[in-house]
Amino acid sequence: MREELKERNTTGFLRWDAPATRALAALLLVLLLGCAFNADGAFFKLGTHRDTLRQASVYGILACGMTLVIIAAGIDLAVGSVLALSAVCFSLWSIHWGWSPWLAIPACLLVGAACGGLAGAVHAVFRIQPFIATLAMMVFARGLAKTVSGGMKVSTAVPNPDGTFTFVSVPAIFRAIDSRILGGNLSTVTVIFLLCWLAAWVALTRHRWGRYLFAIGGNEEAARLSGVPVVRAKIFAYMASGLFAAVAGICQAAQEQQGDPEAGMGYELTAIAIVVIGGTNLMGGRGGMGLTLLGTLTIGYLDKILSINAVPEASRLMLTGAIIIAAVLAQRRRQ
Amino acid sequence: MKQTETQPRPLARMRGIAKRFGPVTVLHGVDLDIYPGEVLVLAGENGAGKSTLIKILGGVYSDYEGSIELGGRLVRPATPIEAARLGVAVIFQELSLAPTISVADNLFLGRHPGRAGFVDARTQRRAALRALGELGVEIDPDALVGELPMARQQLVEIAKALSRDARLIVMDEPTSALNQPEVERLFRLIDRLKAQNRGIVYITHKMEEIEVVADRIAVLRDGRLIGSAPARELSRERLIEWMVGRRMDTQFPPPTGRLGEERLRLEKISVPDPRRPGRWAVRDVSLQVRAGEIVGLAGLQGSGVSELLQGIFGAYGRRVAGRLWIDGKPARISSPRASIRRGMALLTNDRQATGLIPPMSVLANICLADLPRLSPGGWRRPRLEKEAAERRARETALRAPSLEMEARQLSGGNQQKVVLAKWLQTEPKALLLDEPTRGIDVGAKREIYLLLRRLAAEGIGILLITSELPELIGLSDRALVFHRGEVRAELDKEQLDPNRILAAAMGAEETEGRSCAKN
Ligand SMILES: Nc1ncnc2c1ncn2[C@@H]1O[C@H](COP(=O)(O)OP(=O)(O)OP(=O)(O)O)[C@@H](O)[C@H]1O
Ligand SMILES: [Mg+2]
Repeated sequence: MREELKERNTTGFLRWDAPATRALAALLLVLLLGCAFNADGAFFKLGTHRDTLRQASVYGILACGMTLVIIAAGIDLAVGSVLALSAVCFSLWSIHWGWSPWLAIPACLLVGAACGGLAGAVHAVFRIQPFIATLAMMVFARGLAKTVSGGMKVSTAVPNPDGTFTFVSVPAIFRAIDSRILGGNLSTVTVIFLLCWLAAWVALTRHRWGRYLFAIGGNEEAARLSGVPVVRAKIFAYMASGLFAAVAGICQAAQEQQGDPEAGMGYELTAIAIVVIGGTNLMGGRGGMGLTLLGTLTIGYLDKILSINAVPEASRLMLTGAIIIAAVLAQRRRQ
Repeated sequence: MKQTETQPRPLARMRGIAKRFGPVTVLHGVDLDIYPGEVLVLAGENGAGKSTLIKILGGVYSDYEGSIELGGRLVRPATPIEAARLGVAVIFQELSLAPTISVADNLFLGRHPGRAGFVDARTQRRAALRALGELGVEIDPDALVGELPMARQQLVEIAKALSRDARLIVMDEPTSALNQPEVERLFRLIDRLKAQNRGIVYITHKMEEIEVVADRIAVLRDGRLIGSAPARELSRERLIEWMVGRRMDTQFPPPTGRLGEERLRLEKISVPDPRRPGRWAVRDVSLQVRAGEIVGLAGLQGSGVSELLQGIFGAYGRRVAGRLWIDGKPARISSPRASIRRGMALLTNDRQATGLIPPMSVLANICLADLPRLSPGGWRRPRLEKEAAERRARETALRAPSLEMEARQLSGGNQQKVVLAKWLQTEPKALLLDEPTRGIDVGAKREIYLLLRRLAAEGIGILLITSELPELIGLSDRALVFHRGEVRAELDKEQLDPNRILAAAMGAEETEGRSCAKN
């Protein structure tokens, strides 16, 4: 036993049954798939990878918040709707009302955090299951998005009181978010995703609050008796998730140059799939941001490979479903 | 392992059992024979591999090396249900009950009486009552297991194993939550099982139990079989030497005698019963603990001592009546968080449900309750945490292959040490301990006794609940005995003796203690 004290690698990266190793293996498998079905070399072009990252970024941003919530043994179904609400608000305030981005962006983030926090409070204070609490917020936020937008896409065609439209130019902030940097090799949204990921990683691994989330997910009652502020920590997790959803909404609006109240339908499921495929445990208490990064890439590339090979939408959905189950089964721990 | 000619054929024969978890080998080729009509006590330090060995026999782990013969037939049970069909029933150390279903459903899980998948609830209820009656306990078969106190759950687990009518019954620390009378009842039952020629494997860390129940003793150390011998040929000293690998003093450390300031004072504290709304678990308890003092609290099932500690710690929120002073300052009871901040710590009696965060690392578990101090400004300091965890692990004689491994992967006794380490790390003024040495081996127990004495001498006040009478008597400076939520007797060090404590705990009025009980 004394000898084994030196054996540090019990949770290590390269153990075959460590979640990180498996998530990495899943990603490599998908990349191999891409090499095999490379659509006449399209898969080997730099642009393909840039686009993959760009398209995965919005999902990835949602998955950052989702990871925090799931580690605390929760779930957030509202992120897709909050994304739409944020996209609509951002477009309305920036395009129609001409707000400066310095005002519009914080206001959108506030709206997202408020939605998340409200759902979190309903769950944590009134002890309503997170599935129910966030399902209610999902419906509510969608309704709010439709109310704010009047049920129509908020675009550069600004309606006049007399029923005609005035066309305005796209605000600079939209173009900035939708731009590319490094000589066109990296999308700005990807950078935003990486910043979100970094923030979540720092919070989860470097701040006390991260430990609280793991403790709540691992054994809530023991956590409470150990002095963990359970209610507060949980509300913060849902707030963070709402905040990230708002960021995703801003990115989405910039990319589409409009705020669509129907946007983000089903995105919550993709975000959950990313987290789960990364290997974060849906029962809570185990997981991490590194896993979510791998999961984002896996889902992103999977989608891209299917689309460059012109697999029809219908088969793509079915294939994605099957592959998610296969990946999760492969990751399930024995015992 | 000599066999005399008169000995019958073994019920079970395990040969060369080896088991690894990842890089760590926990069993190195263990041979074990289990005979009918005999109680084999399996002893050894925390982490020696006892639970792992019987989990292999019970079909929990199927990836092991070596062979198992049951009744002369080579078997390899892959699941607990398969093991049960082969005639092996196991009472697991970390109970195997489903908390959200009823006692009766738990007892007959996987083999409900009835036809075509429908449960015959009336038959099942009757059978459950019979199984529980054998143990001499009154538990409502319709109650949800998760709502029962720890000791009751353990009794249900025992009843579940016994009702399987198995040839071979394995009990992994079955009495860790039980009180004297319940233990005695279990022993009478074991005698009956022996008379029916069944084989029994019994794992325990309690020397008194080994002396009463064992026919043969086998000792494991670091995953190897050190030896096995008939119980009457193995003295207590030899047994301990086999277990810990050296001679050891088993005396309790003496009290220091110097008492300091008041650390904890309760005045007319009443705690509501969490399981029966509208009733009190304890009524009007007043007591005082001073620095340097270890005050024992004794009581049987339903005495309310555990609820008293949870109540004053704030686990039930503000519903506790009465007044409390911590460290001389009046304290409003509100939440565990507030209590910790004021210098109180409570080690609960059920590490799985309320102590440990199983999927978190050992290090994270030890640091959890003290995070506000270990992460000033909210930002964590890995160095500080590591130093703290290493120090507390040393103090509690924790044996973990690594501080980074998940706490649930530790042996039962080592998990208990992690929970104790967590509370020591908060450096409390008043330390409330509910069965602190549950599942901890003799060697480590001694270290913990010394540690508690040292902490007391350094100025901590300790309230101690333990169902092990020798521990209560050896460690307490004085003790309060509870019966149905009221103090029945207050005994000084000289007055502490098993009969007296038990009599008071069963409700007999103490003539001398009466004046104290009324205060
Ligand atoms: N799932 C697991 N993964 C990794 N290691 C494990 C696992 N389960 C047990 N171990 C290790 O196996 C060793 C033996 O554990 P075991 O539970 O058999 O000890 P034990 O003799 O029952 O001790 P105790 O008296 O404390 O109950 C320990 O070092 C423990 O850390
Ligand atoms: Mg054990």
